[in-house]
Amino acid sequence: MAIAMVEPPPSLILPARQPILSPLSWRILISVVITVLALVPICTLLVPEQSPFHLSAYALTLVGKIMCYAIGALALDLVWGYCGILSLGHSLFFALGGYMMGMYLMRSIGLDGVYHNHLPDFMVFLDWKALPWYWHGTDHFVYAALLVILVPGLLAWIFGFFAFRSRVKGVYLSIITQALTFAAMLLFYRNETGFGGNNGFTDFKRILGFPIAAIGTRAGLFMITFATLVGGFLSCRYIVTSKLGRVITAVRDTESRLMFLGYNPLGYKLFVWTFSAVLCGIAGALYVPQVGIINPSEMSPGNSIEMAIWVAVGGRGTLIGPILGAFIVNEAKSFLTASLSDYWLFFLGAMFVIVPLWLPKGVVGVFQRLRNKQ
Amino acid sequence: MPRSCCSILLALLVVIGESTRVLALTADELKPLAEDDFDAKSQALDHIIAAADATALRLLEAMEQENVVATSDDRVLIQKGDVLTDPIAGAPVALQASDVQPITLNNLLRARVASGLSGLKLQAPDHSVREKAINDLFLAPDPAAKPLIEAARRRETDPALKARLDQLWALTALQDPDASKRLQAVELIGQRKDPQMRSLLFPLVTKRTDGTYAETDEKVRAAATNALELMAFEQWKIEMIGTLFAGLSLGSILLLAALGLAITYGLIGVINMAHGEFLMIGAYATYVVQEFFRSHWPGTFDWYPLAAVPTSFLAAALAGFILERSVLRFLYGRPLETLLSTFGISLVLIQTVRMLFGAQNVEVSNPSWMSGGVGLMPNLILPFNRITIMVFALTVVGIAALVLNKTRLGLYIRATTQNRKMAACSGIPTWQVDSYAFAFGAGIAGLGGCALSQIGNVGPDLGQNYIIDSFMVVVLGGVGQLAGTIIGAMALGVISKVIEPFWGAVLAKIAVLVLIVLFIQKRPRGLFALKGRSVEV
Repeated sequence: MAIAMVEPPPSLILPARQPILSPLSWRILISVVITVLALVPICTLLVPEQSPFHLSAYALTLVGKIMCYAIGALALDLVWGYCGILSLGHSLFFALGGYMMGMYLMRSIGLDGVYHNHLPDFMVFLDWKALPWYWHGTDHFVYAALLVILVPGLLAWIFGFFAFRSRVKGVYLSIITQALTFAAMLLFYRNETGFGGNNGFTDFKRILGFPIAAIGTRAGLFMITFATLVGGFLSCRYIVTSKLGRVITAVRDTESRLMFLGYNPLGYKLFVWTFSAVLCGIAGALYVPQVGIINPSEMSPGNSIEMAIWVAVGGRGTLIGPILGAFIVNEAKSFLTASLSDYWLFFLGAMFVIVPLWLPKGVVGVFQRLRNKQ
Repeated sequence: MPRSCCSILLALLVVIGESTRVLALTADELKPLAEDDFDAKSQALDHIIAAADATALRLLEAMEQENVVATSDDRVLIQKGDVLTDPIAGAPVALQASDVQPITLNNLLRARVASGLSGLKLQAPDHSVREKAINDLFLAPDPAAKPLIEAARRRETDPALKARLDQLWALTALQDPDASKRLQAVELIGQRKDPQMRSLLFPLVTKRTDGTYAETDEKVRAAATNALELMAFEQWKIEMIGTLFAGLSLGSILLLAALGLAITYGLIGVINMAHGEFLMIGAYATYVVQEFFRSHWPGTFDWYPLAAVPTSFLAAALAGFILERSVLRFLYGRPLETLLSTFGISLVLIQTVRMLFGAQNVEVSNPSWMSGGVGLMPNLILPFNRITIMVFALTVVGIAALVLNKTRLGLYIRATTQNRKMAACSGIPTWQVDSYAFAFGAGIAGLGGCALSQIGNVGPDLGQNYIIDSFMVVVLGGVGQLAGTIIGAMALGVISKVIEPFWGAVLAKIAVLVLIVLFIQKRPRGLFALKGRSVEV
């Protein structure tokens, strides 16, 4: 008696995996990458300074800085836009990555500091005789780079484990991440913590042997940051288009229903949360050599919330939106704080109110609406 | 002249106590005062204090006011205006003020003059003068005043003053050659339980470098050890009470800050990041009322809080009402966006206040009845402004409890908090309830700001420091239950203050945060969770 092979009902077939990017997007992305990688070295190193096409060190640093912010915003969008976790602690991961890189940069100052001592200047100033244990090995770039990944990642993993396990979510989680950041900021403000207290790290001289202020180094850092941004974007796209990404989106939409279906969201949330923290830490590590300073104000709760507004302005849950948002808001900030510094906070505050009320999908949402009308 | 009668009586008593002393002062004994040798002056002072008669009192009072002068032949006189009098005879002498030089004293001698004077004042008939004299001697005990204290001890009738005199005597008798007197002295000091006196007893129980005790008598040493233990316990008790008080004081502020937050969070499920700014609005409203009173009714300045309390409530409640009606209303069901919006609003409010009142802190002064404090024990003073705020916080909680439990609005708020849809089905206008409850919560925060202005700085950033702490209270206490908020606030306040002396304020904050994260592992919905069937936490 032959058993007829029954095709499973169509509703149970998983739809085919979404492509990471549509062919058109791939073409745009590749051409942007080639343009930037080709033009930046030419415009900075070969084009003479008088030419309007010359990229100055200032412009490189400004755009490089905003690209670091964009990586941070990308990381935040991954957890907020796709997993429904509004983290107000991403400035902590950003700053931690920055501090780890800062430790390496401080160590590579060597004897060129104000006190001509092997110890970083602030330790000499505080009359410390030896490096604290956690500073050991930070003079090796590879070890420092490992710390950039491990420290924010580990902190995020531990915190996330306890928070997600007890099913803390929504605004509860947001505020607890903020409290964590706030506590960490207080800790870093103390001189005893061993990270330079109020002043943090500054006065860097060189990175991997290259003088840090030279335009060649700047261009190199710029291109590494750009590559990281593109790489981060692609890996985030990879995550959200994978099966895991679908579960994560389900966590965002109805976590309880997902649990009734037999999934345990803990592992999924923990993965995407930790990945996001690591990405943010890398952004911080790229930020510090370009800006030349890292101090505890970088992890103030206000910074985390500003990061959230980049995502909101660009459009959350789109990945490309946060990158646009970071550029739009920060350009507006440079412009307004220079000309109308009193009103910058009004403008920022108004954005916090207007974007959720009238632009719930951000700038990208506006484009989508326009395209749908056509 | 009662004072001289007393002096005579005292002089007689001193005769009984120390019969070897020469009593009536002679001009020769005063002579060293006019010389340059300070040791000789000190000895002359000994004679004067020991004499303890009307002349001595006159002389010491004059010395304290620097009115004692000397002629070129070392005759000591008292100068009053242009008139010079002989201290022993008490009669004016025929000399001009230009014939004399003032005598000089150093600080040590001045202190001895003061304590000698206090010793003499111990015999004053006026109770308050005696009390002041005793207190002065406690601050600077002088062995020379010992006979005076002994005499005063025997004749003091007031039991409270007698007890203090006994202790005062003990201070001077610790070095007495008679072991039984030393024992009595140690016991008396132990009874006083004043931790500041510990330093007096320590030498008795510590070994000298050669291994022997400075104190030879076994019994005295045992008594001293005993007394020291008593004092250590007393010190511990004072510290405990002080910590508890500081904790409860911090807790009552957190309570005022968190109460409104707990109500609005319970109702609409939104953490209002601008809640801290309602505190700030309340504090600035208090400032405005204070300035108004100062310029218009300075006579009634002490009572400005009576007007500031309702004003700060109304100002913050109005701000809350407008905020709810104009922004939050349109974001219900999107808690994370609401969180961001309220943060933006808090930025705008801070910047507005900064532009209106300046970025600097403004000064809010306490009314006079709130300054000072009640001394519960020596070394433990509870400031009135903190006590007032604790009472105020309890009153506000009482009123909030009445509103929530006894009024129709309260009933609606509770119903909407528990189940919004069912409440709406029963005909409750939930959207109105939201507005009023939000205004009510904001108003309570305004009251908190009014209270804060009495103990801390009032600046545009005032609210920022409290939003995280008040949220922690809500997490700890649970939502929608007043008892939870009260216990959460007090627990958080006391825990922070208990940890602070060991680790400092920053690490205490971090420790509290870690404790809370661990706590919600066990009870994700706080100490007092509302029972319901909702699956969402």
